[in-house]
Amino acid sequence: MTLVNWLKRHLVVIAGLLTLAYLLLPNVIVTVFSFNNPKGRFNYAWQEFSTDAWKDPCGVSGLCASLSLSLQIALWATLGATLLGTMIAFALVRYRFRARGAVNSLIFLPMAMPEVVMAASLLTLFLNMGAQLGFWTILIAHIMFCLSFVVVAVKARVMSMDPRLEQAAQDLYAGPFQTFVRVTLPIAAPGIAAGALLAFALSFDDFIITNFNAGSTVTFPMFVWGSAQRGTPVQINVIGTAMFVVAVLLVLVSMVVGNRRKRQKA
Amino acid sequence: MATVTEAPPLAPAPGTKPPRRRGRWTPYLLLLPGLLWLLVFFALPVIYQASTSVQTGSLEEGYEVTWHFATYWDALSEYWPQFVRSVLYAASATVLCLLLGYPLAYLIAFRAGRWRNLIMILVIAPFFTSFLIRTLAWKTILADGGPVVGALDALHVLDVTAWLGWTAGDRVLATPLAVVCGLTYNFLPFMILPLYTSLERIDPRLHEAANDLYARPSTTFRKVTFPLSMPGVVSGTLLTFIPATGDYINADLLGSTDTRMVGNVIQSQFLRILDYPTAAALSFILMAAILFMVTFYIRRSGTEDLV
Repeated sequence: MTLVNWLKRHLVVIAGLLTLAYLLLPNVIVTVFSFNNPKGRFNYAWQEFSTDAWKDPCGVSGLCASLSLSLQIALWATLGATLLGTMIAFALVRYRFRARGAVNSLIFLPMAMPEVVMAASLLTLFLNMGAQLGFWTILIAHIMFCLSFVVVAVKARVMSMDPRLEQAAQDLYAGPFQTFVRVTLPIAAPGIAAGALLAFALSFDDFIITNFNAGSTVTFPMFVWGSAQRGTPVQINVIGTAMFVVAVLLVLVSMVVGNRRKRQKA
Repeated sequence: MATVTEAPPLAPAPGTKPPRRRGRWTPYLLLLPGLLWLLVFFALPVIYQASTSVQTGSLEEGYEVTWHFATYWDALSEYWPQFVRSVLYAASATVLCLLLGYPLAYLIAFRAGRWRNLIMILVIAPFFTSFLIRTLAWKTILADGGPVVGALDALHVLDVTAWLGWTAGDRVLATPLAVVCGLTYNFLPFMILPLYTSLERIDPRLHEAANDLYARPSTTFRKVTFPLSMPGVVSGTLLTFIPATGDYINADLLGSTDTRMVGNVIQSQFLRILDYPTAAALSFILMAAILFMVTFYIRRSGTEDLV
């Protein structure tokens, strides 16, 4: 009876942890199979332990070139989308202007549209204009779909700001520029950072829109897609595992630093 | 990430209008570059696509607008199975995401204690490994004769799913079940995060009050917790259903030619067969269908202040 009671009381916890396991299982597989030495061209079945791929992560032609291209595109797309998105967010929260409803729906619609629709329609535009598909078309597309997410992230932060802080700065004879740089921007910074991180992750991992508008240019997700048809090198798993580890470490470090700062302030 | 774990924002009192600033043109200057970008590279393409869908011609001789609406009819009559499949798969994945995601979101919000941040990181962390690599991992997990398929076979689960038409024989890969499993996996975090945000805002004293009034835990959940988490349920289901309907990656990597979704058709028409009018018509129908369903759903659920 006690066991049944215990199960009943912890049902939510057990179910939640099972879901967490479901979420993390593929990452475990990716990591384990980065140490595989597969027989054929595909890395789907376990053969034997090997660290060859880890010693030579760029050993597959085109892999590291695609990785660096993806990083470049993600960086530029993040910069562009964060700049444009932050400006829109400030305008939305801080000012009154005409056609607010139309502006809001223009920002909301890209998030409510399946990616394949945006990808296909953007391709028809580029084809009609006779644009050369490649780096620039990918960058244009990425800034377009990251923009709305940045607006949402920054808007949430700016909306929660106390406007009296800026009034106080002005009362203390700070000019509009000084107020913005020394009061507004530092307070909005976490929102802008969250938006930028989101934009980077979205752009770096985007496949569908890139697949339509890349021409013969190969980003990292497109490299993975291509290798799923031709044969998956173990190096893909190495890159995937390394990305996971680096990201988790970065988050943990930032949390520890944040906690320490909080404690120092207290 | 910071926005997720933060306390609910101190919004200015409702009804206060944004303060008026001196520069009358400032908001327009701030809006101009971003909105121009969205107009040229988002709105204009949709119009171009609409015009492409009513053109006729060929790649060699060029296309001309002839208001050939029959393309829509032909596309629908040829590809309606793929449309139906997309909606069915996406709906199943959304329901599964809700069933799987709710306990985890609840766990993080109310029961995790000092493990809360760690679990949160573990939910978000998979995002940092390319989702294509993670989707390929399901090929290993669901491999023929592998431990998962073996266990399902031994428990006679595969007999049931085969009878329902979700699997075929003793295989899971290349069946609808594999595609729905992949879709569920890929969009699960998009369900968990909004659910968590709305659950976390619930005042724990409401639970205590329900308890004090002799409500059983199940009653508390039904009458207090779940209704208050509705905004999260609505935005979570939308964030899952919309991308899942247009997805073609899971159907391509984990499915077979019998599990093709409308996204697969649009992709191959556009990039391989180069039949632009049909592809544009299909994409336009998909867009209209989604907008229609989403509007209807938001109206019905009564939470119009989502956006």
